[in-house]
Order: sequence, then structure tokens, then C-alpha cells
Amino acid sequence: MSGFLSLDLALAACITALLAALTPILRTSTHVLRSMFCLLLVATGLLAMLSGLTGLIAGGGAMLLPLGLPWLPMHVRMDALSAFFLLTIGSLLFPVAIYSQGYLRGESQLTVLAIFMPLFVLGMLGIVISDDAFTFMLFWELMSISSYFLVAFKHENQENRKAAFIYLLMAHMAGLLILGSFAVLYAACGSFEFSVMREAFVSPVWASAAFLLAGFGFGTKAGVVPLHGWLPEAHPVAPSNVSALMSGVMLKVAIFGFIRVVWDLMGAGDFQWWWGALVLAAGSCSAVTGVLLALQQHDLKRLLAYHSIENIGIILIALGLAMLLAHYGHPMLAALGLIAALYHTINHALFKGLLFMGAGAVLHSTGMRGMESMGGLIHRMPWTAALFLVACMSISALPPFNGFVSEWLIFQTALMAPQLGGALLTAIVPFSAAMLALAGALAAACFVKVFGVVFLGHARSKEASDAHEVNDWMKVGMAIPAVFCLLLGILPVLFIPLMDGVPQMMLQVSLADSVHAHGWLWLTPVDVSHSSYSASVALLGMLMLGGVAFWLLHPKGTNVRRSVAWSCGNPHTHARMQYNATSFSQPLRRIFAGIYRAEEHVRIERNRHKLLTDHVSYVVHVGDMAVKYIYQPVDRFILFIAKFIQHEHERGLHAYLAYTLLTIIFLLAVYI
Amino acid sequence: MSDTLVPQLVDGLAALMLLTSFALLAQHRLLSVLNWFAAQGFLLATTAAVVAYGTNNHELYISALMALLLKGLLLPWLLWRVIRQLHVHREVEPLMNRTMTMLIALALTLFSFHIIQPIEKISHLMTRDSMAIAMACVLLGMLMMITRRKAITQVIGFLAVENSLFFAAIGSTNGMPLVVEIGIAFDVLIAALIFGLFFFQIRDTFDSLEVDAMHAHLIHKDDDE
Repeated sequence: MSGFLSLDLALAACITALLAALTPILRTSTHVLRSMFCLLLVATGLLAMLSGLTGLIAGGGAMLLPLGLPWLPMHVRMDALSAFFLLTIGSLLFPVAIYSQGYLRGESQLTVLAIFMPLFVLGMLGIVISDDAFTFMLFWELMSISSYFLVAFKHENQENRKAAFIYLLMAHMAGLLILGSFAVLYAACGSFEFSVMREAFVSPVWASAAFLLAGFGFGTKAGVVPLHGWLPEAHPVAPSNVSALMSGVMLKVAIFGFIRVVWDLMGAGDFQWWWGALVLAAGSCSAVTGVLLALQQHDLKRLLAYHSIENIGIILIALGLAMLLAHYGHPMLAALGLIAALYHTINHALFKGLLFMGAGAVLHSTGMRGMESMGGLIHRMPWTAALFLVACMSISALPPFNGFVSEWLIFQTALMAPQLGGALLTAIVPFSAAMLALAGALAAACFVKVFGVVFLGHARSKEASDAHEVNDWMKVGMAIPAVFCLLLGILPVLFIPLMDGVPQMMLQVSLADSVHAHGWLWLTPVDVSHSSYSASVALLGMLMLGGVAFWLLHPKGTNVRRSVAWSCGNPHTHARMQYNATSFSQPLRRIFAGIYRAEEHVRIERNRHKLLTDHVSYVVHVGDMAVKYIYQPVDRFILFIAKFIQHEHERGLHAYLAYTLLTIIFLLAVYI
Repeated sequence: MSDTLVPQLVDGLAALMLLTSFALLAQHRLLSVLNWFAAQGFLLATTAAVVAYGTNNHELYISALMALLLKGLLLPWLLWRVIRQLHVHREVEPLMNRTMTMLIALALTLFSFHIIQPIEKISHLMTRDSMAIAMACVLLGMLMMITRRKAITQVIGFLAVENSLFFAAIGSTNGMPLVVEIGIAFDVLIAALIFGLFFFQIRDTFDSLEVDAMHAHLIHKDDDE
């Protein structure tokens, strides 16, 4: 009976989301509407969290919904995987809903958000608990389409319409590919139900086809390089609470879909060696490309969007390693990789959600997204700054926060991986670990830049110097994921056994015993002789070191002298004398010049005399290589074909009649 | 005696049907096109009557009567009225010259005979030989629609396709159920009336009954916008 409890809770979450989407029908005032739909979303988040927790602890159940088409009923099911992702969705949705209550204050076009945000959430919840391809695709499209309306929210700007269109296009392409993958599985077993698909035998060639279709489909939705084109366009233009959900959870739902189809439906036994290698390569590529491009962005939300690409890459590195290890018969290590991937999934949901909420707070308070005109916000917005710093440290993988734990687990998986297959595989595992290390270091550099430029130093514009702290709803909304980040960083030993159901389901092995073999304090992934980590000890050590340093630098009795930040001894500093986002990332632009291919333009105006410089301007533009070398050629090719067909369209009635006749003759000749 | 006579009669009528289709393609004066069209209607009625006699299917006599009244008399008369009121008597130069059209028509007929072969082998109906010809007539009707410029000839081509389908129905299944046939007959009648109305409207709007003129006009309008 307890199994059904979690499924009931999940369905209750779906119902509250649906009710939230129906609130605009009541036609109340904006104020009441906002409170109502945010409250219902808070309830949805809480129910999803509870359902996920009970599902992880007590196990799942299956059910047949009295909905759907007569011959195609909707199956729902709760297992460890869906419970884990429900927990992920719920633990971000809950704070985001609280945050929205404050963020949407003064928003006039609330109806659109009040309809599509709950529908978007409903879509994600439905995907996670669905147990047949029909239900899955139904909720998948619900999620894609409702999020399109959210991206197109401020549709009066042309930029937003363009971003929304690209998003819709790529979301549909992804949907089509996923449908193709289900079609292959359907052809093998003749049923849409996942339970039948699990048992079906798929020949290796068709399994590879299904894997590729699922990989490209879910990869597009997750923003894997080079299928990421929509992501840096769509995330910045959506309202910040929506970007938090899109980046934090929607990308994770794509990861869920990938795991569901490839690991669960096809099964770890069917893996071929190049599947894991492909996922690993895609992950490494995404991680490094994402962070390199993020470094060169000056729009705060766009930068965060590129970091989402990086983190999806990190998750895929872990998944790819796990797939390789599972194929070569190391289920324990594969389970470790899978756990690491899932751990990073929930971590990224939390800290990226928090980062987008922080960016939203800055946007709310200054009205700007460009980093070049911010600065010194820590004085005006101390709460936001502190909470944003927590997220920065988490994403930079610094202990004692959660990012460190998951990246450390991924490194452990890579380092403990024994010799696999041929020389290529032997090389690719350490190579991807090196890529992961590079991405981690660059991410840290990038967040030093973000925090330094946005919150430290002098204000670079009037808006930044007039900024004010955000309201309490938003503070609470940001504080909750920050607390979760810290908890997940300190107590991995308690959390990992909770996730243990997933490797048990996929690989029939359990990590629970080895993980806390040495008590709750020490995290020992496989064996204590290899490696161990204790967040609490690390935290204690850091606090002691910090205390000693503080005590040495500020002995008792010395007065603290306050001076202008970053003045370097010069009393007359100016906001333009400080490092800005462009100058901070300049060294890296030099080092990776071959990858960036930056276009730099220096213009010096000497109007009065050739020795008197009036004005110097420096413009640098770093484009996305994928856009230049993949998207634009494809775009041109399609336009070329369209032009050709357009010409055919103008031929008139006789041509159409002739086409009809020729088609009939062709069909008759071929089929009779 | 009727065992051999009726199929022979049907085959002969089918040959005449094919002849009318070719004649429709070959004629350029609109009134003679119309005459051949009416002849096709009479042929249909006769065929239906013969098949009705051969199979003892009394419903087919009603079909025959309907074909005679509608396709042999009413539709030609409606179109004749339109032609007279609009003062269009000659088809202008067709899109393709006559020899070429005839050659293509010949090829289409051969093609029809070729693809009907497997069906004829499995059919036990006495009228099965007419299937290929009905098929050829459908294709020839479409060819007529393609190669002519005037809207009226295109409509006649369309109605000829419909005639051929009726013929195919008699030939392959001994006629459709009466209800269906009455329904189709009314559809064709209504379509002809609507076409008739359209001819006047089109002429008023475009000053011409040539399809290309409408097309050019529309393109021109797009350019203006």
C-alpha cells in the first residue's frame, strides 16, 4: 500500500498544477491571481518532493489512469528513477514558486504566466511518471509547447520572438526524433507500454538506431553541443523564474528521458561499446564548449545559459563513463558513475535555479541584464549577494557545497576505471576526465568574474548605484535552494543510499553498503583504500583555517581601515578603472584564440591632431562556432530549397493538374 | 444467347466510350466538345441499360435513366447556355499541340491496359474488359484538363472524368448502390450549377475565362501588396 502512496502524491501534484493553470478562469484581480497560482505551485512542489521521497524510501507502484484514448489508456508508474526526478523537480519548484510570488509583483500580463507555467510543470511531472510511450509523448509536447509560450512571454521584443521560434523549431525536431526512437521500440515489441518494451528483444542494428534517435532527440532538448543553439537564446529572454525552471529542471527531464529510454527500456545489457564513447565525447565537448563560451558572455542570464550546457556535459560525461563500464562488465563502477550523474543532476537543478533566481533579483532591482553596467551590488543587495555566492561556490565545485561532491564522484569513476577495450577507449576516459578538470577550472574562473563584476567594486551605472534589496518572498525563495546546496554538500552519505534504488533497478547492484561503510561522516565510493571524503571534516578544517587567518590579519585592538575597493593605493578611483567582464576574460580569450576566433575592432579617433587621441573604442565579438558552421549553413540550405520550391509553386493551375496526373500514374505504375 | 451478346455489347459500348474521350481531346470548337460530351452521356445511359438487362438488376435501369437525363441532357444544356451567354465559341491555342496530345493520350491508354491486366485476371464479371477503358477515360479526362486553357473546357474535362468513373463502377461492380448513385448525381448537378455561376463571376472579375489570366492577375495582385 505504501507503494501507491507516492504515486497518489504525484497524481495529487499533477492535479494541483492543473488547478493552478485554471486559476485565470476566476477572473480575480492580479494580486489575488498571483497569490493563488503561486500557492498552488508551492503545493505542487511540496507534493512532488514528498512523493519523490516516499517513492525512494518505500518503492513504487503502477496504475492505469481513466484518461486517454479508448484503446490507448494512460499508464503511470512510480519507480526509483521517476521518484528521484520528482524529488529534483519538487525541490526546485517549491522555492521557485515562493520566489515567483515576489518576482511577479507588478507584472501586468500575469494571465499568460498563470496558465502556462503550471502547464509546463504539469508536463514535466507527467513525463516523469508516465509508463507508456503515448503518455510520455503527450506530456513531452505539453512541456515543449507551454514553455514556448513562456519564452515568447515578452513577445513585443523582436529578439524574444526570434528566440521563441528557434526554441519551438528545435523542440519539435527533438520531439520528432524521440517519437522515432519510440517507433523503433514499438516495431520491436508491438506495444506502447514501457513494461512490454523492457522485455522486448531489439536487434543490435535497430537498438543502435533507437539509441541514436533518442540520443539526438533528448540531446537537443538538453542542449548538448552542437544541438544547443536554442538554449542561449531562449533562457535569457524568459522571465527569470521560468528560466530557473527551464534550466534547472527541464534540461534534467531530457536527461531523465535519455536514461529512461536507453538505460531502462533498452537495458544495460544491450549497450554497445561506442554508445558510451559517443555520450562521453558529446559530454566532454559540451562541458568545455559551454564553459568557454560562457566566459565570453556579458549578459548575465546568457552566461548562465551557457553554463547549463557545460553542466549537462558534465552529467553526460558521468553517464557515458557508466555506460562504458556497464558494457565492459564493471557494474559496481557503472553504478558509481550513474549515481554521480544523478547527484550532479539534482545539484545542478538546485544551484542553477538559485543562480537564475539571483540573476532575476538583479534584473528586478536594476532592470538590466548586461554585466558591464553593474558592480558594487553587494552593498545594496547583501542577501542576494550572499545567496548568489553560495550558488557560485557550488557550481565552481568548491567544498563544502554540493557541486564538489558530484564532480568528485565523477572523477573517482574516471580514475578507478580499469583498462577498457582498445587503445581508443583507454585514451578517451582519461581525456574526458581532463576535459572535466579543465571545465571545472574555467567555470571557477567564470564565476569569479560574475561575482566580481556584478557584486564587487564600484557601480558602473546609475541603475546599479540605485539598486535595492529584493523583497522577502524572493529572499526566501533563494535561501531554500542555498540550504539544500549546503545539505547535499555535507550529507552525501545520507543522500546516496536514498538514490540507491536507481542502480539497483538498472544494474542490479547496490552501492549502499560500501558508501557508508565507515559511518555517516566519510563518503567512501567503493573502498576506503582508494579514496574517501568527509564534507564535515573539510568544512571544519576550512572554518579553522579561516579563523586562524582572520585572527592573524586582524589581531585584537587594530582598527579596521575602510578604503575604496580595488583602488591599488590610488585615492581617486573611477568606475571605469576597474576590471570589467571583457577585460577579465581577455587572457583566456588569448589562450583559446584558436577556438574563439574572436573579432576584435580597435578604433582610435584622432580628430584634432595625429598625436592627440580623442577617443578609443574597443569592440570584441565572440560568436558561437556551432551557429556559424552548422546552423547558418543548414539555414541557408533550407532557404535555398524553399526558394526552389517556391518557384514551382508559382506555375499555375495546369502545373498542379499535371502533378496530380503524374502522381496517379506513378502510384499506379509502382503499386499495381 | 444473351450470355455472349451482352458482354459483346458492353465491349462495343466501351470502345465507343474511348472514342468519345479521344474526340473530346481532339475537338477545338466548344460546341462540338459539348456534343461529344452529350454523346458520352447517352453512351453511359445505354451501357447502364445493357448491363441492367444482362444482370437482371432493376436498380440499374433507374441509374440508366438518371444518366440519360442528367449527363445526356441537363448538363450539356446548362453548359450550352453558358457558352451562348458568354459568347465563347472557340478554344484558343491549347497548351500543347494536337499531335502531341494525341500521342500522350495513346500512351496513357496503353498504360491503362497494362496496369489493369492483373485485375482482369481475378475478376469474374461479364463487364471486366471495360475496366481498362474506363481507366483510360479517367486519365484522358485529366489530360484534357491539363492541356486546355479555357475554364469551360476544364470543367468538361472534370465532368468527363466523372463519367468515366461512373462507367468504371458499372463495369467493375455492376453499379453502385442506388442511394450512392443518386447522391453522386446530385453532387455533379450542384457542381455544374456552381461552375456555371462561377463562369460569370470569373468573367466579370478577370475579363477573361482563361485560367492563365486569373493566375497572372493573382500574381500581379501579390506583387502590389
